[in-house]
Amino acid sequence: MIVAIDIFLRLTAWLLLAPLLPGIINKVKAWVAGRRGPPVLQLYFDLAKLWRKGVVLSTAVSPAHVLGPAVAWIAILSAALLLPVGPAGASLSFRGDALLFAYLLAFARFCIALAALDTGSAFEGMGVAREVSYAVLAEIAIITALLTLCVQTGSVSLATMLAPSAGAGAALLAAGLFGVLLAENCRVPFDDPNTHLELTVIHEAMVLDHSGPPLAVILHGASLKLLLFAVLLVEAVLPLGKLSLLPAIGALIASVFVVSISIGLVESLLARLAFRRVPLLLTTAFLLCLFALLVAWKGGMP
Amino acid sequence: MSSALNLLIGLAMGLSLIALASSRLPSVIRAAAFQGMILGILPLLLEERFHWLVIAVATGTVTVKGFIIPNLLLRALRAANIDREMEPLLGFVPSLLLGAAAIIGAAALGNELPLRPEHAKTLLVPGAFATVVCGFILLMTRAKAISQVCGYLILENGIYLFGLLLINSTPLLVEAGILLDLTVAIFVIGIIVDRIQREFDTLDTRKQTFLRE
Repeated sequence: MIVAIDIFLRLTAWLLLAPLLPGIINKVKAWVAGRRGPPVLQLYFDLAKLWRKGVVLSTAVSPAHVLGPAVAWIAILSAALLLPVGPAGASLSFRGDALLFAYLLAFARFCIALAALDTGSAFEGMGVAREVSYAVLAEIAIITALLTLCVQTGSVSLATMLAPSAGAGAALLAAGLFGVLLAENCRVPFDDPNTHLELTVIHEAMVLDHSGPPLAVILHGASLKLLLFAVLLVEAVLPLGKLSLLPAIGALIASVFVVSISIGLVESLLARLAFRRVPLLLTTAFLLCLFALLVAWKGGMP
Repeated sequence: MSSALNLLIGLAMGLSLIALASSRLPSVIRAAAFQGMILGILPLLLEERFHWLVIAVATGTVTVKGFIIPNLLLRALRAANIDREMEPLLGFVPSLLLGAAAIIGAAALGNELPLRPEHAKTLLVPGAFATVVCGFILLMTRAKAISQVCGYLILENGIYLFGLLLINSTPLLVEAGILLDLTVAIFVIGIIVDRIQREFDTLDTRKQTFLRE
């Protein structure tokens, strides 16, 4: 019974808090640009509006077009449930769940890509090709980061391996994970979340043919993924597991807030990179994680 | 003290990777300059006792490598109207990966070498190897004369790191002499670059492979 309540509370927190992050980021961007900007709760309004609308389906699509976003959303949510929250641990934890975590994220991307390809539109196919080819590089980085955490703590379970070390290794890992966060969530140096109809977009090109509730599910899934990566980044760097429950949750919320503000600042201060430069940045993120791995492996050098 | 030293050398290695990855000439020049400044501070950390000559050499290195040389290069860049884009013979991602491999290889090599106990704990030897190799990669894979000068500067930074191992037995005047030579060399290169640009309209060293009357 208590387990059920625990899982229910966590699910509610993840589902309700996730759309807040894009709102905060947009507010920071508006503030830096000197505009008033949309309200922080804008994404909630958008989701509610989309949920009430009907679905327009092309005659060419199969059920995968609607099923894909739903399955991806569930996969991201399950990955979120695997993440521990401070000292409270994860609601679902077993040996090797770090691997499941990485695969669930990859599976979510696969489902979205499949749903996009299902429309048969060349534009979406192009978006999928871009998204997947960058994902190859981003996934190397995130798997290296997970490997670093494994080596640091000698454990393959997310609940125990998110116990960070101090020093240069933690700084390298934080920088690498922040790069991965920006890339995986289609943030500015990699992709522009504001544009829809240019030929340069990556993620938005994929979801252009979705409408109504499936689009709401995709948008909510994207915000969930952003929150997921922010929490992963914070827990990989800050020793939240050593605090007691309430301070840990407070610190977690404060640090996620700081992470979203810094995403907003990065988006305001940087321009989107040219396509051919993106692999270089992703390789840099990978190398940062790789050097963090080396520092964790060799300790403070013999 | 040893951890501060390792942090600075780690930063210097990161800067050589930045130099390998950047596509603009000024940022490469700035990376090499910043690396020279970081290495200039190192003698202060290595030398236990306070000595005016150490401080003089450290300030001299920081001024020359951090301010005078980059200014000379940037001025040559401006005076000769050189295009700021690099022209890599090897792409940025492969050269970045090569540089990272050099750093990892240097760390492995540093583990194997029979070093003196006071050097075995630091990153001095791996850092020196890695910086030299990164300098070589930059020298070999970039076509423009100015970027080759930057590769040469990073190479010299690596050799300077090697020299720090012998800081107790080499007179610091030798370091000062090397610094002076370096400055003069960069000064001369700055003039030569300008001449080459005027004479041939290009700084691409691939086209300057034979002599003519």
